[in-house]
This record gives sequence, structure tokens and C-alpha cells, in this order.
Amino acid sequence: MDLLEYQGKQLFERTGVAVPDGDVAGDVDAAVAAAERIGYPCVIKAQVLIGGRGKAGGIKVATNVHEARNHAEAILGMDLRGPRGEGPFRVAWVWVEGASEIDAEYYASIILDRSAKKPLAILSRMGGMNVEEITETDPDALARSYVEPADGLGIEQARELALSAQIDEDVVLGVSEAMVRLYEAFVSNDATLIEVNPLVVTASRDVIALDAKVTIDDSALFRHEQLAAAEEQPADEQERMAKERGLTYVKLDGDIGILGNGAGLCMSTLDVVANAGGSPANFLDAGGGSKADAIVDALEVITSDPKVRAVLFNIFGGITRCDEVAAGIIEASSRVRLEVPLVVRLDGTNSAQGLGMLAKAGLDHLHVEKTMLGAAQAVVELAGKA
Amino acid sequence: MSIIIDEKTKLVVSGLTGREGTFHGLRNRDYGTDLVAGVTPGKAGQEVDGVPIFDTIAEAVAERGANTSMIFVPARFAGAAIDEAIGSGVETVIAITEGIPVHDMLGSYWMAKERGVRLIGPNCPGVLSPGKANVGIIPAQFFDQGSIGVVSKSGTLTYQIGNELKHAGLGNSSIVGIGGDPIVGSDFIDILGLYESDPETELIVMVGEIGGDAEERAATYIAESVTKPVVGYIAGFTAPPGKQMGHAGAIISGSAGTARAKQEALEAKGVRVGTSPSEAAQIAAEIVG
Repeated sequence: MDLLEYQGKQLFERTGVAVPDGDVAGDVDAAVAAAERIGYPCVIKAQVLIGGRGKAGGIKVATNVHEARNHAEAILGMDLRGPRGEGPFRVAWVWVEGASEIDAEYYASIILDRSAKKPLAILSRMGGMNVEEITETDPDALARSYVEPADGLGIEQARELALSAQIDEDVVLGVSEAMVRLYEAFVSNDATLIEVNPLVVTASRDVIALDAKVTIDDSALFRHEQLAAAEEQPADEQERMAKERGLTYVKLDGDIGILGNGAGLCMSTLDVVANAGGSPANFLDAGGGSKADAIVDALEVITSDPKVRAVLFNIFGGITRCDEVAAGIIEASSRVRLEVPLVVRLDGTNSAQGLGMLAKAGLDHLHVEKTMLGAAQAVVELAGKA
Repeated sequence: MSIIIDEKTKLVVSGLTGREGTFHGLRNRDYGTDLVAGVTPGKAGQEVDGVPIFDTIAEAVAERGANTSMIFVPARFAGAAIDEAIGSGVETVIAITEGIPVHDMLGSYWMAKERGVRLIGPNCPGVLSPGKANVGIIPAQFFDQGSIGVVSKSGTLTYQIGNELKHAGLGNSSIVGIGGDPIVGSDFIDILGLYESDPETELIVMVGEIGGDAEERAATYIAESVTKPVVGYIAGFTAPPGKQMGHAGAIISGSAGTARAKQEALEAKGVRVGTSPSEAAQIAAEIVG
């Protein structure tokens, strides 16, 4: 789960990382009230999960109440796209905070390094840029230090990191303390990423986090009820439907709906369809033990996407039994009006029974294929005709 | 020979009294695995179909000689169960549970390293050594005894490939599911090393997917330390960046962890990579002859 900036800042505040004074607002009046309380100049920032919000017009400075109202009106409800075309995301919340007088901008992050199996603390005096840009521009300006999970990040290690990043001498202590607290926030909130870009030094030489990018491990949300409750619903209709039904679904750009059992087989199915010249509309993993209800749910979600012109079910039964999947397909066809062709490939445990059941049911729009490649070719052809 | 589990495996299952634990634990026993004990705190003295239940894994080790532990407990308790297993005296811990917090696994990973205990998983289908033992949820009917070692991040993809190998008349020394989480106890490299020293294994099939750099590191390892032929398959060429594709670890972060990069890394080291699971099985069959 990715946190919005304001959620990240609230989390920083709880662990003692300094952030600008601010309020979150969901409508224009609340935003204006926040600006009035905080004073001017203040910054009104769109709360959406993309980078480059400033360039996209989602961050504006207000120097008086009229500007605050104008900016809040402009930003709330606007649709923002990320630098790589992500979105659009509609702005439901703004964060209003006091503008900071900035002396220096640093980059700070704690990430989970999968290869090393350790958290990695990164610090750079070149704030404002992302890590890739810093690496390209001046790799020496990026200081890294692995943290032993059993020991945590202590002030000495943080100080060494700050020194090797060539942070201004007078703020080495402040930056080191911020790193230690960010690490505490990383561990205590089950984060897999904390990035502060920029971590700024103000004119009064205070160290504060001006932005917050935080990713929380979904598997750990059961012990962070407050964060779990704050999770935004997916903007995409099918993704929202799938989430309500407990399905693992990812929307893609194409027109061929896909269901597979098991994440690996499902990914592989997308690839095989793409190799056959088709374009998948989604990833949907029906899970290891796909029962009839899951099949009904899955078909409802897939076919609710108006782009979908044909559907492929690729099932290799291991623990999943193909006769149960067939029962699910037959059940689903009586509950969901199927208007596009459905190609089914059933193999593995009890596949003969499952295929027999499908043949007997004689469903409209149903095409049965023996192999994964054959099924992929068939669904691509059917989507082309539709 | 085979790797990790065989006829000498004495299995203790944490969570044997749960519905899934009972189903799969007894299935493993039916296959021929020596299931010696179950563990559920507070249920010592009970039995599951004749298998004695203990309060702790250490008791199962002391009283029943267990040497391999399977973890089948719900995610929120699984981290503690894995740590208990690592400290219990067993040599191998195989964690099936999906959805264990990654910070829990960080601790378990280093604890296992320190104690010299082999940890497989979590979020994996387990290990099968055909004809000898099955620990986990791998459906054994798709695999015959033979000379092809399989190591995979994905369950169903492995069954698919195993089934095609079987149709081609080929069997397996072992099948190892390493799991699709960001932090797993054993990586491709660890398992490749075991197959390299296993005399029964002639060829290794490695099934990877997007996310992390385990496949890239495996490619380097293969070039340096593996003399046996390796055939690869990678899933997720069409996966968009930033989206988690089912497995917690299957995510392209920025431009890192793409299927293309993994394929290129493997091919650069002379590993043939199939474009579909079927093709990977065909290449393996062709090489073994």
C-alpha cells in the first residue's frame, strides 16, 4: 500500500521526524480554513500517488486568502497524470502546509534491498532529483549504508552516512537524527520504502521532511489497522470490483480478458497471448484452490470491462480440480450474461471430468482448447472477429 | 539422490491440526513421506489420523526424531513458527504460508543463516522428490522420478512444465518451489548449487518471473559454478511497471526486474530460455534426449 504524502507525513510526525505544519482538506472551504490557520505563504498540494505533481499543476503557493481559495478550487477535483502517463487520478484531498524557506535540499531514503536481504539507507546532498538521476549526474553524491536488521540504524552509523554524503557540517547531527527516526518509522510501520525528497535544511538550519513517499507491506496491514483503514479505493472500476470480491486483478490496456490459476501461470498466459498477437485486458489470478464462486466473481469482473472482446480461462489443475472449475463456468454462465466468446483450456487434475461436463452443458460462446498455445491463438482470433 | 528431502526425511508439520494442514500433511504421508509429528501449541497429546501432536517443534525433534519442518500456520503467526522451527534442531524448514510480513522474514532469513538451517519459502508450494518424499502442496501425479531438477518461483507454472516433461517421458530428481515473496529463505543460486552436486540431476529447469534480481544473479552463478545444462523460463513480459502481479515479489520497480532483462542475462551466459512453458519443456527434452 502506497501512502499519500499527508499520510506519510503524519506517520513521520509520530516518530519524531520534523515536517511542516499542515492540515489535510477534502473541500475548498476546509482548504481555505487550513490556509488561514497556517498563515501565508502556504503551499496547497494535490494528494495523489504520482510523482511530478508540481509540473502537472497539482502544487501551488498561496500568498493570501484569495489565492488559497483559487488554488484549492483549481486543484481539488482535477485529474492528474504521472510523468510516465500513469492515471489519471482525481484529486480528492489537498494538503495545505506552511511554505518553507529552503537553504539546502537533500535526498534521503530507506529501502528494502531484496538481494542483500537488508534495509539500505541512502542519503545524498543532491535533493530534488531521483536516485537514477543522481546516479547518472554524480554517483559519488549518493551515500549508501546497509542496516543489519538485528541491530537497526544507530546514530553512529547514520553520522557516518551523513559524513560520506558530504552533508553541510552544521546539520550533520540533525540529518543523522532524521535518518535514525526514518528508520524507526520504516520498521515500526512495516514499510518497504520510505523516501524523503527533498529533505530540506531551512533558513534557520532546521532539518525537515518536505515530501513523503511511503510504501507499507500489504501483508503486514493486519497489525496497522489505522493505515489499513486509510487505504484509498482503487480508481479503476474493475480493480475496485475485484478488490471487493477478494480477487487479485490488475487492469491492462488490451481487449482479451484473462483468468489463470496461480500468479505465475497467469503472467505466463498474458505473455503467450501477447506472443500470439493479442493484447490482454487484465491479469486475474483465481488462486490455487479456485472454487465455483471465485469463477463466477472473476467472470463478472472481467466481462464488466467494456473493452473486453473475448475471454480466456487458462487452468492447470494442481490442487484446483478442473471439475470444480467447470462447475464454476457452468454456474457462471447461468448468472452472468456472456456476450463475448470464452475460450477455456482445462488441464491437470480431473481435466477429463471437467471437459466432459463442459461438453455436456453445451454453452453458447464457449470454445474448449487442449493446450495453452492453442487456447491463446483461438482467443486472439475470436477477439479479432468480434 | 535428490535434494533437500528424500526417504530419510522425518517431517513435523506446524499447523497439522488446521483444515489445510491436515489435508496436505496427510497427502504428504500418503505419498510416502515419513510424517512423524504435528505441532499446535496447546494441543499436545492429541492425534491427527494417528500422528502425535506436540506443543513445540523441539519436542517433536526430541521425541520423534523430526529433521524437517513444514510451516502451515496462518500468516500472522507464521513468522514466529518459522523462528521456532529454525531454533528447534531441524535441518530444513519449508514454509508454505502466503502473506507473511516481509519484516518478519528479514529476521527469519538471518536467523536461519546464522544457525545453518535451510529455509525454503515462504509463499511456496514446497519440495517434491519423486518416489521418495513430498513436503508441501505440489500435486505429485504430474512428476515421475528422473534426472531433471526443477527450481521455480511459481507453483502452477511448475506443474504445467512437469506435466509436459512427463508426457515427453522425462522425470525429475526434485522439484523445488522457492516462492514468490520479496524475501525468501533460499534463492535460485542456493538450489542450483544443490542440483550441481546431486549425481542424479542431469539438467536443471529454472522458472523465474518479474521482480528483484535473483534470476540475474543466478545467471552469473551458472556461468561460474554450474557445469550441468540449465534451461530457463521467465513469466511476466507483458507486466506493466509498478503493478504487483499476484506474488508479493512480482513487481517491476522503475526499470528494474523486467522479464526481458532476466532473459537477456540468462542468454548472455548461455542459458536457453523458452518463450512458453511448453517450449522450455521441449528444450529440456531435446537436451536430455
